[in-house]
Amino acid sequence: MKKFFSEFLRGIIKENPTFVLVLGLCPTLAVSISVINGIGMGIAATFVLLGSNIIIAMLKNIIPDRVRIPCYIVVIATFVTINEMVMKAYSPALNRALGIYVPLIVVNCIVLGRAEAYASKNSVVNSLFDGLGMGVGFTLALILISAIREFLGAGTLLGHTMIKGFQPAFVLSMPSGALLVIGLLLGFFNVLKSKKE
Amino acid sequence: MRNRFIVSVSPHLHKDESVSKIMWMVVLSLIPAGIAGVFIFGVSAFWVIILGVISALATEATLQRLTKRKITILDGSAVLTGLLLAYNLPPHVPFWLPIVGSCFAIAIGKQVFGGLGQNIFNPALVGRVFLMASWPKYMTTFLKPFDAVTSATPLALLKEGKLIGNISYLDLFLGKRGGCIGEVCILALLLGALFLLIRGYISWHIPITYIFTVGLFTYIFGAKGLLTPLEISTAQSGIAKFLTGLSGNWLFYILSGGLILGAFFMATDYVTSPLTRKGQIVFGIGCGLITAIIRLWGGYPEGVSYAILMMNAATPIIDRYTKNRIYGTK
Repeated sequence: MKKFFSEFLRGIIKENPTFVLVLGLCPTLAVSISVINGIGMGIAATFVLLGSNIIIAMLKNIIPDRVRIPCYIVVIATFVTINEMVMKAYSPALNRALGIYVPLIVVNCIVLGRAEAYASKNSVVNSLFDGLGMGVGFTLALILISAIREFLGAGTLLGHTMIKGFQPAFVLSMPSGALLVIGLLLGFFNVLKSKKE
Repeated sequence: MRNRFIVSVSPHLHKDESVSKIMWMVVLSLIPAGIAGVFIFGVSAFWVIILGVISALATEATLQRLTKRKITILDGSAVLTGLLLAYNLPPHVPFWLPIVGSCFAIAIGKQVFGGLGQNIFNPALVGRVFLMASWPKYMTTFLKPFDAVTSATPLALLKEGKLIGNISYLDLFLGKRGGCIGEVCILALLLGALFLLIRGYISWHIPITYIFTVGLFTYIFGAKGLLTPLEISTAQSGIAKFLTGLSGNWLFYILSGGLILGAFFMATDYVTSPLTRKGQIVFGIGCGLITAIIRLWGGYPEGVSYAILMMNAATPIIDRYTKNRIYGTK
């Protein structure tokens, strides 16, 4: 059990997909305008990651090595389609807010990266915990970035006004603000890491 | 007599200049424009300048303290950044705006890259563009000179098509118009620029090519009634009409906006402009083209800060292709 837990934990801190592996930046930059969008995107990606990791770990001995990438994409696309249909049915507002970035989870490098680097070489249970850990790590990173951006860029958190009279810096709601926040956070985490070593 | 023969390594000729001295000289040359700004817009302009400078110094000291480096707030570069940022603000902004702008300019514009000499972009302009993108409401509210009535800058009026027919060039030259604190009084700016040029702290290449390009471009395309090629071909006296089209008000475009301040004091920043004369001419022409294009067809009335920042980004490429030939090589 402890081993599985360390698999899970690795994706959150030591190999955080956003801040350490620096994967999946496109959706991170695009949807992290508000915390609710960040959570929605994180959960959607976690679901796809979990499903694709499990199925690919199951099929790893059947899939021929030469055509493995198309096979992975088919598996991933299946889960993304399920995801999108569920989202359209139960939270159309979130689906509208995330827009094209929901179908684009298919080409999210975190999902394909974990399939290629982990699920195709490890057991089903290990892959399950790896997918879960990576998904949670991605979600936490999105929440951190979008909380900073929403608070400074719109003066709110989860849609609630925080400080009366605070004048939000509009630039943080724009894509340039996302690059700024991610860059500073990456630098901050690298400083923390180098201090630790 | 024998003791007079001092043996030392080269260089043997020294000049009494240092980065810090040059920075202070640029600060000195900017003071007339500040005095003119305070005289024109009143005491609040003075407080904006003071707040900008002090918060730039405080940010620099704090960051250098935190990163355990030598504190170099006396080298004049932070003062210059704060001063230039304040000169780029409207005179009646809320008090926190110059503070936030200076902090951003020093922290993100300069210290993140490693301090003086390492920054890619002119820090003061980084601060200005950040404020412009974040709080456009405050950054575009200008006041009439000697008066507490809001009024737009001449360029903004022109963009909205509301400019009154007769513009007094003398007013523009002396600074009797709405605008940022340090950009309005062309006379004071030229005094400071002349001082820098005579002392050799800046060369003429960037400012002159910059201003000339803006003038030329606005002369060709700036006239309201510039004809499209189709109209020219169908017009009765095509050539004559084309020539009337070629009469943009170039003097107005040069005297209004932040062109003089930008060309002499910000585009010439040592760190972020090309090293060679050839490169500086390319830099100046590029700045001029972008400024004129933004002013004539862009969404913003003024484009000096964006033009300089864009050319700052192009500086490494310009430097690569305009290297001086090393003596003795092909």
